[in-house]
Amino acid sequence: MSEAVANPTRDGDGGRGPAIDALRIEHLEVSYRVGRHERKVVSDVSLAIRRGESYGLVGESGCGKSTVAFAAVRYLARNGRVSGGRIWVDGRDLWSLPGRQLRGLRTRSVAMVYQDPGRALNPSMRIGTQMAEVFEVAEGLKRRAALERAAHMLSRVQIASPDRVLRNYPHELSGGMQQRVVIAMALSMSPELLILDEPTTGLDATVEAEVLDLIAQLRAELGNSILFISHNLPVVARMCDRVGVLYAGELVEEGPAAEVFGDPRHPYTVGLLRCMPSYGMHKNMGRLETIPGFLPAPGTITGRCVYADRCANATERCRVEAPPPVDLGGRTTRCFYPERAPELPRQDLAAPPRGAAHASALNGRAVKPNDGPLLSTRRLSKTYRITGRPLRAVHEVTLDLWPGETLGLVGESGSGKSSLAKLLLGLSSPDAGSEVELLGEALPASADDRTLEQLKALQMVFQNPGSALNRSQTVRRLLARSLRLVRLVGAAREARLEELAASVRLTPEHLDEKPRRLSGGLKQRVGIARAFAGGPRVVVCDEPTSALDVSVQAAILNLLVDLQAQEQVGYIFISHDLNVVHYVSDRIAVLYLGRLMETGPADQVFSGPHHPYTEALLSANPSLGDEGVRRIHLSGELPNALNLPTGCVFHTRCPRKLGSVCEREEPPLAEVGPGHAIRCHIPADLLGRAPAARLASGTAARRRGTAARAAAGPHRSAQ
Amino acid sequence: MTVQAAALHASRAAARSRAGERWRVALRSKTLLVGVAILGFWIVCALSGARLAPLDPFADDLLATLAPPSAVHWFGTDQLGRDIFSRVIVGARDILIVAPLATLLGTVLGTALGLALGLVRGAVDDLASRVIEALQALPLVIVALMALAAVGTSDLTVVLVIGFVFTPLIARTVRSAVLVESELDYVAAARLRGDGTLAIMFVEILPNVLPIAVVEMTVRLGYAIFFVASLSFLGFGIQPPSADWGIAIAENYSLIGSYWWTVLFDAAATASLVVGVNLVADGLAGVFEA
Repeated sequence: MSEAVANPTRDGDGGRGPAIDALRIEHLEVSYRVGRHERKVVSDVSLAIRRGESYGLVGESGCGKSTVAFAAVRYLARNGRVSGGRIWVDGRDLWSLPGRQLRGLRTRSVAMVYQDPGRALNPSMRIGTQMAEVFEVAEGLKRRAALERAAHMLSRVQIASPDRVLRNYPHELSGGMQQRVVIAMALSMSPELLILDEPTTGLDATVEAEVLDLIAQLRAELGNSILFISHNLPVVARMCDRVGVLYAGELVEEGPAAEVFGDPRHPYTVGLLRCMPSYGMHKNMGRLETIPGFLPAPGTITGRCVYADRCANATERCRVEAPPPVDLGGRTTRCFYPERAPELPRQDLAAPPRGAAHASALNGRAVKPNDGPLLSTRRLSKTYRITGRPLRAVHEVTLDLWPGETLGLVGESGSGKSSLAKLLLGLSSPDAGSEVELLGEALPASADDRTLEQLKALQMVFQNPGSALNRSQTVRRLLARSLRLVRLVGAAREARLEELAASVRLTPEHLDEKPRRLSGGLKQRVGIARAFAGGPRVVVCDEPTSALDVSVQAAILNLLVDLQAQEQVGYIFISHDLNVVHYVSDRIAVLYLGRLMETGPADQVFSGPHHPYTEALLSANPSLGDEGVRRIHLSGELPNALNLPTGCVFHTRCPRKLGSVCEREEPPLAEVGPGHAIRCHIPADLLGRAPAARLASGTAARRRGTAARAAAGPHRSAQ
Repeated sequence: MTVQAAALHASRAAARSRAGERWRVALRSKTLLVGVAILGFWIVCALSGARLAPLDPFADDLLATLAPPSAVHWFGTDQLGRDIFSRVIVGARDILIVAPLATLLGTVLGTALGLALGLVRGAVDDLASRVIEALQALPLVIVALMALAAVGTSDLTVVLVIGFVFTPLIARTVRSAVLVESELDYVAAARLRGDGTLAIMFVEILPNVLPIAVVEMTVRLGYAIFFVASLSFLGFGIQPPSADWGIAIAENYSLIGSYWWTVLFDAAATASLVVGVNLVADGLAGVFEA
């Protein structure tokens, strides 16, 4: 936006009536030059966004979503080029516009908001200066007038004190505030078309919900069209009138959002929807569906259906002929057999048997149910010192983890989830007075002081498999180094290594690869294999699937659940995706500013009564099929951890604050049901419960799960 | 069995193609190729010096002193009538022994120091980093001159002095790379399986900072050549009777007004060697980034 160049007269505005689409793409083909090869990454994509319409483009990473968006503003990377097709923005043929008019178009008709607001803002300029620049350049306003307009734009995006924000530098604002500023800048010229490329992906669910509501509200006010790009299906379902599903650079299905998500007619869409854990789905109900195989490299499949290799419905015809888009009345699908898509064969989804005592396949030791908890913390605290002032990252957390159980940790970023994980693992040391016990024995604070047995028993799966695997070592070497924990050498170690790799479904050829040659899902499998190398009793999983696509996420979650059933390990599972947490967890602990706000069995935490904070988190959590549900808003920002609120730390944002008692006294963590405790002054019977609509959508998932469960045979009942 | 054999075959093919990828990138880099060509030329001269030279580089000819370039003496002759072309070729030898050795010494010591500082952190690291910064503020040629004046000059002392002078500079680069690496989760994973600091330092982190150290080494080699030539010019580097370029320039620079060829070719040789090494450094950096 700041690169915009003055172009005061609206160029060539012939008779642009309401009939003209805001964006029209016909048979778009885009290629990237890689070395000496041309790789076609987008092929034959056609779509139209009407005025005032919001259009969602969904698909997994590498499917060409962002490329389409960049092509739509003629801003492809240097090695990219449009090799076919045409694009009209606001009725003008984009690729035939001369440079000057293109700049005018970019200044006034199209605006783009990117994923990372921190990088879209200039870190060395005040917000006011950056925002005013748009008006100074595009409208020739003087600084003072431009600043006034900027302040007005900020108040439109519901920033309470625009004058203060204008004086701030970007780093002084939170991620959510930064994204609001970017949206305000994008809207400052009232563009006809607003392109949002994963606008909420880096934000917390509560902030995401607010930003999405803001976008929806602005759209209602301004009536502009939106191209919304996201990998997050529920978000797109909520925000968009129409959606297009991209796979390997092709638009495989397109149509009204409700129809595409409610009654998908392409096997890929069906697979994508099925592999997301839905609201209320739990591991005991059955496994998640996955999409077999891998995403093909862009441009490698021509002359046949791009999805045929992974499709259970594929016939010989799909492998020799490329299906054209089939019109189904207002919607299209690129499939020869759209009527068969809903009956796509389901996979065997029986939950893995969870026996009380059976031999662990991987470790050859009999797993006996343990009398005591695997891991327990008492008053676990961590205080950092920031220039002498105390920052309480974790405050008096008391938790138990039992064998074979998953404890889900949820909370916004800054709630202390990862700090807690680091304390448990001994990667940072807790405050004096904290106690951590592993298998009934006190655990030394630092990993360096722990015995081999203790190290073996407590392992971790990291969030980012890219940085968690040493890029200079092959998978074989990586795993071999971890197998030293069990003191195996020579042939025994080799045999064990292959067994370990097989248990996470890695093939022998993966063993000799270096991590950079593996996909994200495969890397995470290596990370899981490493954690299980020593036969752990407790594995801390820190957002293990947040860097992965949904279909890969399903496979990784299945793997984790299977391994747990086999090995009876306990998981501490950290995630911001509440559906994922509910799927894997038996119990859930909710953290806010390092304090435990609620803890209890997963089902009860979800159904209620819940803490007002939990209620807000659940309400912000996007799920398919709950587009109509009213959302609870948390006012304000996460308080500064250096200057915590008095009394209940949540009172500054609590939508159900009682009064001064909340500011004076910190409520105790009080039992409201068996094993279910809540830290709130509000009596349990007055606390919120899950709305009926949500429970209904959850029941549908449950029904589906129950069928699978009946087929599963004997299993442990949900605790 | 056959499946495994096939898998093994596939993985070997993959390993080959990985190595091949690096090579392809290297061969496409014009910077690297030109640099290697220049450096290679001088290495050949250094290795086979006297055999390549058309005339005896040490034979004086008092009848043909200060002769301008001609068909016999392509680069002319010097004050003693020695053939400059032959001397330039032979003169590559000493500098191409001393400068690389000094750089290698500095890189090895600097990488070790950088690894240690990056992992130890705390007060030791703070103190050492301040000392390194203080050292960087000193004019290095003066420091080296003083050191050589104190211990006496020889090829060995030049290698040691330049090596020690380079150590903190390379340590600084390696340390900052180690700081980045040690924040990555694989280091935490290594701690969680009980690896000690030494294992983490050498087995986990070193291979990942090695490319940076290698690029830094080639950059430093360019400096080292310049450094050695300067010291030789000042009389503290390579000693006569070597045909070294720096010595030749020192002997003849007062004649530059009327007998330019006595200085120009030696200076050009020094410059081309520095440029060649820097091109290699740039090219390598590109290959490691790819």
